[in-house]
Order: sequence, then C-alpha cells, then structure tokens
Amino acid sequence: MFGQAIDKYAAPENAYTLAGRLAPWFGWVTMFLLLAGLWDSLFLAPADEEQGESYRIIFLHVPAAWMSMFVYVVMAGAGAVGLVWKVKLMDAVARASAPTGAIFTFLTLITGMLWGKPMWGTWWVWDARLTSELILLFLYLGYIALQAAIDDRRTAARAGAVLALVGVVNIPIIHYSVMWWNTLHQGPTIVRAEGPAIHISMLIPLLVMAIGFTTYYLAVLMQQVRCEILEQEKNSSWVRALAAGGK
Amino acid sequence: MEGIVEYLDMGGYAFYVWTSFGLCMGLMIAHLILPRRRERRILGEIRNRMRREAGRA
Amino acid sequence: MNPKRRKLLITTIFIVLGAGAAAAFALMAFQENLLYFYSPLQVAKGEAPVSRPFRLGGLVVHGSVKRDPHSLAVAFELTDTVEKIGVRYDGILPDLFREGQGIVANGSLTDGVFVASEVLAKHDENYMPPEVADAIKAAGGAVPTTHLRERQN
Repeated sequence: MFGQAIDKYAAPENAYTLAGRLAPWFGWVTMFLLLAGLWDSLFLAPADEEQGESYRIIFLHVPAAWMSMFVYVVMAGAGAVGLVWKVKLMDAVARASAPTGAIFTFLTLITGMLWGKPMWGTWWVWDARLTSELILLFLYLGYIALQAAIDDRRTAARAGAVLALVGVVNIPIIHYSVMWWNTLHQGPTIVRAEGPAIHISMLIPLLVMAIGFTTYYLAVLMQQVRCEILEQEKNSSWVRALAAGGK
Repeated sequence: MEGIVEYLDMGGYAFYVWTSFGLCMGLMIAHLILPRRRERRILGEIRNRMRREAGRA
Repeated sequence: MNPKRRKLLITTIFIVLGAGAAAAFALMAFQENLLYFYSPLQVAKGEAPVSRPFRLGGLVVHGSVKRDPHSLAVAFELTDTVEKIGVRYDGILPDLFREGQGIVANGSLTDGVFVASEVLAKHDENYMPPEVADAIKAAGGAVPTTHLRERQN
C-alpha cells in the first residue's frame, strides 16, 4: 500500500524531472535568504555584551550544526525506507545527502575551532560535545567511503542504510551531551525548555541563516539526486535517450 | 574610511570572523556548483558507452 | 505489508534500538571519563583524581585575582558557590578571563593549591547587546548567566 503509492510518484524519470524543476527555485530562495542573513549577521546585529564581535561566528556555527544533525536524520530515514520498502528513490536521497551533511559537519567543527580559540583559549578540547560532533563527521565519511567501495548500488545502499541507522544514536548524544556531562561547550541557547536565551536582534539573523541553510541543502539535494538517479538508471531507455539527445 | 577599517577589524577578531565566513560561503558555493558538472559528466559517460556498444554491433 | 518487508522493518528497528542500548551502556561505563572537569565541591569530597592531573571548573571569585606585575603569573580562586579552591597559573589567559567568569583549569593539586598548566574560559549560552545588559543592571536585575551548574553525576 504505502510502497505502491511511493512507487507511483517515485518513478525515476518523473523524480528526475521534478528535481530539475525544483532545483532553481530552491537556489534562488537560498540566495535571497543567505544574502539577507549575512547582511543581518554582519551589519545589523549588535555586538554581544560578553564576547564582542567574535560571537558573530554563531550565525554560521549554529545553523551548520543543526543541519549536520538534520541531514543525518534525513539520510538515515531515507536509507531505512529504501531498505524496508525497496524504494530506489530513497536510496538515491540518502546517497545524495551524505556529502552535504559531511560539509555541514566539517563547517561546524571549523567555525567552532575559530570561535573557541579567541573565546575559550583553545582550538580544540576533547569534551563530550566536540567529540560526538567529530564522530558524526566520521560517520558521514564512513558512509561515503562505503558507497565508493561497493560497486553494486543495491548492496551499497543496504550497507549504507545499516551504517546510518547504527549511527543515529549519536544524534541525541550530540544534543544532550552538554546537559548530561560537564563540558567546556555551553548549553543550548535556542532549543531549551526555558525558551531562547538570545536577544531578538540576534535571534532573527540566526533563524534566517538556519532557514537559508535548509533551502541550500534542498537545492543541492535536487541536483545530487538527479545525478544519483542517472547512475541508478543508466541502462534504462529514457536515460540513454537523454544522453544521446543531450549532445 | 576609518569606520570601514574599524568594522573590518571586528573588535580585534577579524581573522576568526572573516575566516569563518569566507570558508563557509566558499565551500557552500563550490558544493552547489559541482553537482551541475557531475550531471554533465555522467551523461557524457553514458553517451561514450553507447557509442562503444554501437561500434561493436 | 508483506512478510518480507515486515521482517526487514523489525530488523531495522532492532538495529537502531540495539545501537542505542549499546551506546547507553558504554556511556554509563565511561561516565567518569566523559566529565570534562571536576567542581571544587567534587574535589572537596575527594572525587577528583589525586595522582594524575585533572581539570577543575568553577567561577573566578570576585576580588580574588592577584596578578604579578613583573610576569604572567596570576593567582585566583575558583568556586562553585559552595566550595573554593585557590589556583596558581603562569601563562596567557583567554580574552574572556575575568572575575565572575566560568573557567576550566588543567593541572593538579599541590598542598591544597591547584597549580594550572592551562586555563580555558567557559562562556554561557546567553547572548545580548551591551545596552540590554546595562538596562537589566540599571533596573536592579541580575544579568542572566548560567553559572557552572552543579550536576547530579
């Protein structure tokens, strides 16, 4: 039932065309949001009382960190649907998400280091938050390596989905690490029971950047998923016709 | 002019702030552009394969 | 749902739950190693390691910072609002170091004084413009700072 409904809309050719149609829209929305978000973060938002201008790194660091976790959940979820219901489109979504997730994780770590050096006095510490985010990067890299190592796409998708699902446990660990253990990293500012602990003039650019990062992920996903579909379906008549015609 | 220099200095944190923003935006833009090339490359590979098959037959 | 898919779905759920349980047990076993720092109270209770260096976290006590005018040497006290421990350090302090600030120092106890080889600043999760902080202070309120909370573990 569920599987059949998905199969109908997930017909590779339809998905390929739809992704191509959606990609530029997500692209334009992303450009608008990121330009507005950058302007707000770098010019309009006031300096922080405690950290001065250095806190502006938060406008990249926090959205990147959210996305590093969100993309992972999408990747594992799509992998699970592909594994159980054999929806090839979901395999493609999982595989197409991994590089973007890895980049967001990398940016989270790098911007965190560039923020930690002036404020904490160190580039890196092995506390629970930083370590669990580093493990997330290794999970992404492991997933990508696995996809590259296995030639048969169905086997690669299955192995990748299992790896991604095992790693899902790391996501709540990242979020709660700062509450469960004494860490150098501070507790959550936005996602907390008492409500956000950030002034509205700083919250707005942060949210604009976060939405911009989300539409960015969708824009990249649409393009990457087209590539994955082409590779999945390279022997089908419609892809061959497309390749022959696109000369 | 002085205002611009003072702004760019970011209260003495210029290196950390500008490296973060530069690296972030640079990497994201590159990652947005590369898949477009990848798609053309994949289609080209399929075309080459079809040509080889046609030559054999 | 056909039996094969149901079996796959159940397997998938088991993978996630199994990994979760394994992680939970592993984390409980390594609980102590995951503590980034010990509070002065934990040190007073004898929970901190004696023979090897450890990290001490707390707030810099107001009025306790004494700097040597001829070198980088500095002495101050750290508190978790219950216990206090004196700290000695010779080196560069992070920009955020000031009285009332959360600090994590790496070093070891010598005759009741914590001799630090590294001092890191811990900042809190509150962000606000200086004018807002001033307005709160002017109104007689306390600027919200989440001090190093005393944790149950």
